[in-house]
Amino acid sequence: MPSAALLGQSLLSGIFIGALYGLLGLGLSLAWGLLGQINLAHFALAFLGAYLTYQLSAAGMDPLVTLVVIVPAFFLFGAALHWVLARFAVSAFNSLLVTFGLTVVIEAAIQWIWSADFRRLESHYADVRYRLGALYIPLPELITLALAIVLSLALWAALRHTDLGKAMRAAAEDASMAQAFGVNARALALLLSGISAALAGVAGLCIALSYTLAPSQIYAWVGVVFAVVMLGGLGNALGPLIAGFVIGVSEAITMALTAPSWAPLVSFSLLIALLVLRPEKL
Amino acid sequence: MKLHRLVIGAMALAAATAFAQQPVRIGGTLALTGPLAATGANHKVAGEIYVEELNKRGGLLGRKVEWVLKDDQSKPDLARTLYEQLITVDKVDLLIGPYATANIVAAVGVAQRYNKIIFHHTAGVPGLLKYDMQFPTGGLPADPEVSLPELVFDAVAHAPKPPKTVAIVTSKFPSVHFISVGARDVAKKRGLQEVTWLEWDFPNRDYGPIAARVKEANADFLFIGAIGVEGLLLLDALKKIDYTPPMHFHMFPAGGPMAKSPVAQHALALTTFEQHPPFTDNPVAAAFVKTYNERAAKAGLADTSVDLQAAASYATWQTLEAAVKGANSIDDKAMAAWLKKNHVDTIMGQLRWETANNYMPGARLYKVKQLQDGKWLVVWPPQFAAPGAKLLAP
Repeated sequence: MPSAALLGQSLLSGIFIGALYGLLGLGLSLAWGLLGQINLAHFALAFLGAYLTYQLSAAGMDPLVTLVVIVPAFFLFGAALHWVLARFAVSAFNSLLVTFGLTVVIEAAIQWIWSADFRRLESHYADVRYRLGALYIPLPELITLALAIVLSLALWAALRHTDLGKAMRAAAEDASMAQAFGVNARALALLLSGISAALAGVAGLCIALSYTLAPSQIYAWVGVVFAVVMLGGLGNALGPLIAGFVIGVSEAITMALTAPSWAPLVSFSLLIALLVLRPEKL
Repeated sequence: MKLHRLVIGAMALAAATAFAQQPVRIGGTLALTGPLAATGANHKVAGEIYVEELNKRGGLLGRKVEWVLKDDQSKPDLARTLYEQLITVDKVDLLIGPYATANIVAAVGVAQRYNKIIFHHTAGVPGLLKYDMQFPTGGLPADPEVSLPELVFDAVAHAPKPPKTVAIVTSKFPSVHFISVGARDVAKKRGLQEVTWLEWDFPNRDYGPIAARVKEANADFLFIGAIGVEGLLLLDALKKIDYTPPMHFHMFPAGGPMAKSPVAQHALALTTFEQHPPFTDNPVAAAFVKTYNERAAKAGLADTSVDLQAAASYATWQTLEAAVKGANSIDDKAMAAWLKKNHVDTIMGQLRWETANNYMPGARLYKVKQLQDGKWLVVWPPQFAAPGAKLLAP
């Protein structure tokens, strides 16, 4: 029988990894739901962000401060990417193919610059952990959790309660009708695409704080984060975080109670169950 | 008539000269991209150094050597296609294997179909390879699932406080999983109590719950069937919950990242070569280490030291050269026949192909190394230990 400490620590672990799933899924979900872009390059961008965090930190910058450089740079990249996709009227399905190609290009660029060898960010954050009874809370994971919650709530509130957010949702619903009411759908799409890419940069920081980096790891996250995005609902800012927690905790408890190799079955079983039972939610 | 003969003779001489000037083309693939690329890069650097040196020595049979290297992207299906291409389109003379078990099995299948000899360094499941002209050159024993755990448990039995309990946790990566399953039987036969057995999928993202279970089991000895950075990620997760295993073994780790990480202090791992005496007492090995350190740094590799992987690659090329010279031919069957009757001295030690599937009997070339103050040092068996080094444990 597993102890309470084992179950508690596994639960925490699930919440932390779920937060990262949610953070990775947030930008993807917004771009997919509100712009109709299935941006596979989101994962490659997140890893590019992780490598840039590693590089800038190696040059003496605090990992958290690297966001000052990475977020604006990624915002511009995201906006530029959308401009190109819009310029050539790339459909949702074709955006999947185009951004897959971009993923391969970014992966090759990462390997060219940093080689295929493993890279590891050694930061002072990794040494800090807090104790809560018999449980331990590591600082890097706590940072990820805080960023995921704050960004998800902020974007949810912005989309729901601000004029800009309402305009974005209106443009997603019916771009020509929104334009008839004076909404600049094109500018909003650039803004949203920029935000989505910037979120990938933030997720990259979290990956660099907790993981050893290798270019091919880009693909290890695709399946589970897609499941998170689908479960959370497209274009929903809070959905990926909640779905991330559900999948992360389910996987972690599975690992704690049964064979850890069964954990990957959880996310897709949940997705299949939702597709069968409540397809209208997707 | 005389003139006619002279012309024919001159033409024959010209043809023979042209043939002699054609390089011996050796074809192979490596995982230059994909999940195995970090290690594939070590093999590429080692191979390039060897071919360069070989050509400086005059090549093979008086002909220059050309290495036709393709990227299999860490995919066995692509490796299979590329080996077909190397034989049928590139028309290479000889084959050298890719990196890691699954790709090697795929490549050996193609070699068998075309009756080609193939040399390979890193196939971890000997039972999958039955072809008589495949020659493993990494020093792996014919029964790695028995011999390697035996070696590891021998080493820890000589620790200041030998373990009584063991937790065996493993990735499902084919070779390490196969050996870890064998380790369970070996531990049982030695009277060690197995307190935990865990398996995870390769690759795995979350080591937190696995770490929590390892901590709860609190074994004297943690045997981790890990490849690459898996073991390091588990140690990280253990550190986050304030647990350090008393003794921990990692099967085929990424040596560089571990060496730089304080959590990996005193980690144990398998090796066939480390860049310290007695291995570097061999001048060929010492020269290779020097060149490799420089070239790996130039190639941008984070880990520039020679260990099991780079040494296995070098030994493979040494074997290929010895077989061509021994048989005085690049004929596949002649080389295979020569290897069956002879041994080859490599920088890792002497290779022989005397079992049914050409693997080595017993773990003769394998050693146990330990990470001590950021350096990997062989600690077992004692005759191969780095000067003054011995197994450290709490």
